[in-house]
Order: sequence, then C-alpha cells, then structure tokens
Amino acid sequence: MISPSFNAIVPMLCATAGALVVMLAESWRARGERMPLGVLGGIALSAAGIALALLWDQQASSFGVIVADNFGIFVSLVVVVAGLVSIAFSSQVLDRDGIPRGEYYALLLFAIVGMMMMATANDLLVVFIGLEVMSVAVYVLTGIRRDDPRGVEGAFKYFLLGAFASAFLLYGVAFTFGLTGTTRLDGIGQFLAARSMSSSPMVLLAMGLLLVGFAFKISAVPFHMWTPDAYEGAPAVVTGFMSTGVKAAAFAAFTRVFLSAFEPFSADWAPLVWYLAIATMVLGTVVGVAQHNLKRMLAYSSIAHGGYLLVGLVAANQVGKEAILFYLAAYAVTNLAAFGAIALLGTADRANDTLQDYRGLWQSRPMVAGVLTVALLSLGGLPPTAGFIGKWYIFSAAVSAGYYGLAIAGVLTSVISVFFYLRVVVMMYMTEPAGTIAPPVVSRAALATLAVTAAIILYLGVLPTALLDLAAASIDTIF
Amino acid sequence: MGEWLLFYAFSLVAILASALVIGQRNPMYSVLLLVASFGASAGLYVQLDAPFVAVTQIIVYAGAVMVLFLYVVMLLNQPREDASEWDRTHPLRRPGLARLGAILAALLVVELGWALVRSGTLGAFTGDTSSLASVRTIGQVMFSDYVFAFEATSVLILAALVGGVYLAHREGSR
Amino acid sequence: MTSTHYLVLSAALFMIGVFGVVTRRNIVIIFMSIELMLNAVNINLIAFSLQWGNSLGQVFTIFVIAVAAAEAAVGLGIILALYRNKETINIDEMNVMKW
Repeated sequence: MISPSFNAIVPMLCATAGALVVMLAESWRARGERMPLGVLGGIALSAAGIALALLWDQQASSFGVIVADNFGIFVSLVVVVAGLVSIAFSSQVLDRDGIPRGEYYALLLFAIVGMMMMATANDLLVVFIGLEVMSVAVYVLTGIRRDDPRGVEGAFKYFLLGAFASAFLLYGVAFTFGLTGTTRLDGIGQFLAARSMSSSPMVLLAMGLLLVGFAFKISAVPFHMWTPDAYEGAPAVVTGFMSTGVKAAAFAAFTRVFLSAFEPFSADWAPLVWYLAIATMVLGTVVGVAQHNLKRMLAYSSIAHGGYLLVGLVAANQVGKEAILFYLAAYAVTNLAAFGAIALLGTADRANDTLQDYRGLWQSRPMVAGVLTVALLSLGGLPPTAGFIGKWYIFSAAVSAGYYGLAIAGVLTSVISVFFYLRVVVMMYMTEPAGTIAPPVVSRAALATLAVTAAIILYLGVLPTALLDLAAASIDTIF
Repeated sequence: MGEWLLFYAFSLVAILASALVIGQRNPMYSVLLLVASFGASAGLYVQLDAPFVAVTQIIVYAGAVMVLFLYVVMLLNQPREDASEWDRTHPLRRPGLARLGAILAALLVVELGWALVRSGTLGAFTGDTSSLASVRTIGQVMFSDYVFAFEATSVLILAALVGGVYLAHREGSR
Repeated sequence: MTSTHYLVLSAALFMIGVFGVVTRRNIVIIFMSIELMLNAVNINLIAFSLQWGNSLGQVFTIFVIAVAAAEAAVGLGIILALYRNKETINIDEMNVMKW
C-alpha cells in the first residue's frame, strides 16, 4: 500500500476546520457579544479555494477514494465561490430574519464539505456519504427559520423526497457492487469495459436506480416535486446557495459516475437521459411562466436549467463536457446574483418576493434592479451575458453530436423562458412603485458583492475564453 | 436443510413485519413491528456470515434509532390516523401525479422482477468466505481502504447532530 | 442457498418500503418506510458481500446504518419542528405552498 497522501483532502479539511471554529466561537461567546462568524467562514473557504488552486494539474489522490483531478477541482471551486458569495449576502439577512448565525454558518460549511466530497470522490461509497453530508446540512438550512411554517414545510418535503431518493441511489450502488465486486469508479469502469455484458438486466437495473437517485438531486422532471416548495420555503440566500451548490455537486457526481464508470453502456442510458432532458426543459419552462412568486418562478427556471445541463450530458462529446462545466459556473454566478438580490430586498416582516413587489424597483433601488436585470437576462440566455455563451455551447454540442431534437427543444424553451424573465424586468422599469412600502436598506458589502457578480456575468458573456480553457483542461484529465 | 428452514422463517418474519409496519394505523405498533423486521434481518445477516453487522444492526438500528422513533411518536402524541383519512386515496401528490407515481412504482416492480429472474443464475456463494466474518477483516477494510469514508461519516454525524438539535429545540426555551 | 433468494427478499422489502412511502399519510410511518428501504439495501449488500467473498459489502452496510441514524436524527427533528408549526403529522395538510 502506498503511503497515504493527504493533499487531495486539504480543501475539505479547511472547510471542516472552518465549521468547527465557527461552532466553537459561537458557543464560547459571551452573552450579547458578536463574533465575526461570517468572516471566519469566509477565511476557511478562501483557504479551501487557495488549496484547490494549488492542487490544479497535480492529479493528487488521497486514500484512493478522493481524486482531486481538474474536473473535481473545477466543480469544487464553483461550490466554494457559491459559498463565499452566499456568506457575503448572509450577514445582513441573518440579523434581519433572526436566523442563528453559529448554526447557519456551520451547516453552510458542512454542506460545502459534502459537495466537495461528491465532486472529487472516486468511490460510490464516498459519493453516497458526501451526498448525505450535503443533504443533511441543506435540509436543515432550508428549515433554518424553524418558526416559519413555509420554511419547515419546504424542509420537510425536501427531506422526505431526498431520503427516498437516497434509498434508490443506495440500491443502485448495491447492485453495482454486486455486479462488479467493487465500488471504486475506475474499477467499475474497467470491469464493465472488460466484459461485454451489454444489456444485462442487472446493469440496467443498477444504472436505472442510480439515475433515479441523481435525477432527484438535480431535480430533473419527473423527480422535481420537492424543488419549488423547498426553494420557496427556504430563505432566499439559502435558496441561492442550494440551487447552485447542490446542483453543481450532484451534477459532478452524476457526470463522473455515468461518463467514467458507466461509459461502456452509454447507448443504454443516453436515451433515458434524453427523455429526462426534454421533460425537464419543457416542464420547467411551461410551469415557470405561470408563477407569481419570483422565488418559485426561479425554482422552475432552475429546473429548466438542469435540463440544459442534461443536454450536455447526453451529447457527451468534448464540447458537451466542456459546456457542462462552463454552464455550471455561469449558472452558479447568475443564480447567486438573482437570489442575492431577492434576499436583500426582503424586510423583517415581508419577504417581498412576489412579482408585484418588484414594481418600479428601478426608481427605489436602481443598483439592485440593475444587477437583477443582468442576472435575469443571463438566465434567459440573452447576449452579452454568461448564460448566452453557456447555452450556445450546450446547444452546439447537441447539434454536433446529432441530437437536433434536443437542440431545437432547448432553443424553443429558452425563447419561451425569456418571456417570464422579461416580465420581471418590465415590472421593474416600466411601472410605478407601489409606494406604500419603504425600500429596504441594503448594506454596502452586499451591494458590492452584487456588483461583482453582475460584473462576472457580463465578463463571462464577453470574454468567455479563459473559463472555457479551464473547462477544457478539466475535461482532459478524466473521461 | 436447517439453513433453508431458517432462511424461510426469517424471511417470512421480515416480510410480514414490514408489511404490517405500513399497514398499521397506530405508529406505535409500526415502530415495534419495524424492530421485529430489523431483528429478522439481523438473523439473516448471521446466516450470511456477517455476525458483526448483525450485532450492529440490533444495537444501533433496532436499539438506538428505533427508540428515537418511539420518542418522537410519543412526543407527537397523535397515535391514530382518522378513519376518514385512512379511506381517502392517494397522499403524496395530487391525483394526476399520484397516478404517475404509482405507474412508475409498478414499472419498478416489473423491472426488479425481470432483472432478478433474468439473472437468476447468479450462482451459489463461491467466494472464499473463511475470513469474511471476522471483526478483524472488517476493521482492516474500514480503517485502511475506507478510512476516509469513516472520517467523513463523523462529519455527517456532527452536521446531523447540529441540525437535529437545532430543529427539535423548542422555541423560547433557550 | 444462492444470493438470488436474498436478492428477491430484499427486492420485496424494498418494494414494501416504496409502497409505504407513496400510500401512507402519517409522516412518521412514511419515514419508517424509508428505513425499511434502507434495510432492504443492507440485505442486498450483505448477500453480495458473501457472493464475492469481499467484506466490503459488510463495511458498506455499517456505513449505511450510520447514515440512516444521522438521517433519522435530522428527519425526526424536522418532523418535530413541523408539528410545532402545524399541529399535524398528516401529509395532506402540508399545503401552505401548493405541491
């Protein structure tokens, strides 16, 4: 046995240490004393980010079950950035909503540990444990306002369907182990490639169960029922985090399992994912149009975006894999900006998240309205934003792989979705403010973060090559 | 022969108890039946040469986790579902989606049966099982190849602890 | 004795669990059905462990038991918080937001 190297797990150790420090700081503080918990969490995540950057191109591997290849590092970095941005928005929101800071930051960091574990795991057992670490923390974060019936109800639905899905995933893992005698992803891949046991019912069963489990986590239709309620019930800042972090981590594990371990059977699973992609894009868009609550609308939009990511997975060519990573990053920044804006506009007694609340926002809070506009345009895939480039690459990957139906469905649903994003924009600019509600106070730090996210969205929309090169380098190391 | 008898006895208990768990109106009985089901599974584990897991199952699962369930049932203090609720149709979703869910579940049953029958000749247990059962072997695997998973589980339990305590905490009693 | 017997048993238990989740309305019983599903997976893992002569399956089972315990702690916490807010454990009444 090779002597164990700890390099690949340093980012996770940083985040775990951060969570522990936050918990200790909270429990040792004097009554009424304020600890800079957000700053502590930010430092821990920055350290994790630096460690990830140093691991780039190192192909570090620890204990054989964690492989910090560039793919895993890319997704981990997306997750870390999502955590940092969420922390930047959190401080103001936590005080306003009376959310306990110690538990919140600790759980946020634990969730990030789980996400990084999923992104870099090379073993189905570790994928499962990472998924559970992430899920358990995010269930609680969803219901972190424990005296708000909507929050707790959202958390409950998320938990129930999440645990249900975990059981399916686990059953799939058990069958995979039964087939191959191992849980290592590379071992499974070698075993399956060596024996042409194509269309063996056990393989199909294992893949089907794993597919169901992952589809729940990335909220693909028809496994999406928890998404709107969990996204609407959670505080907006948590929604922003879970709609980006959970999706990125689950997609990373999904991609890794199906494109490395089950690659030999892509002819069997690709058609299933094809249907999932179509159903997800169409339902997310069509139902999203009918929503009156902005958070709920963005929840459906997030479902639809999961569908676009699935298109990249079906295409599974070089462009498609790069596009998945680029899209994950672009979508993360965009969604963080959108939910951050929503979170900052709420007040202690009102969430201010229905469409009517955005009447005339341009006059009362021009800065927030501007950022929200950029984010919505990016979600709609309009140039010159990151969302446009992401969609462009996803659809061109589908076309070059010969999936014209998927590309057409994707373009059509994007066009429809522009309608509901623009409806919000029109509401913000063209109508008069309702006038009765005083515009909420937004802190400088949060405004600065919003501005940075908007700048990144525009930057990626105009000069995407740097990130695309990184995505290409990430793909080269695996698959 | 005795092996078969034990297998069928334990299987019967497990299936009957599990079926009764979801067929009870009183959750208190469900918890106790679930303990019986887990106990029967533990018996099967012993037959499958996994005595350590059987003991863990009894102590942790049937013991600790089920006591937790029992406490929650008592705290909720709402033992029965009303008869009217019992009679009404599908719970988890609206009718349309419920039907879809039922169809998907039925499809899964068909798929499971098909797969298991098609691959029916998985064969008898042929592997070298002499050292499989010992706690030493399990410990070696757990603390060499899977030591990371072991440590990761500690993070999971800590997160669950923080979350569980936070959510179950009664408002205003701090 | 072949592993198929155990696989069929485990499939039956898993389906009982799935059936419980989709048909019951009492959320505690729904949660117990999920525990049944996890237990079914454990039987599967142990049977495969013996079939391969590989104790990884048994180790995996122990991890699953630990994960199930953690999940139970959080889940029951959520159920308690829910009951405090809504005074019901019937899933039909989870309708502040529409499904």
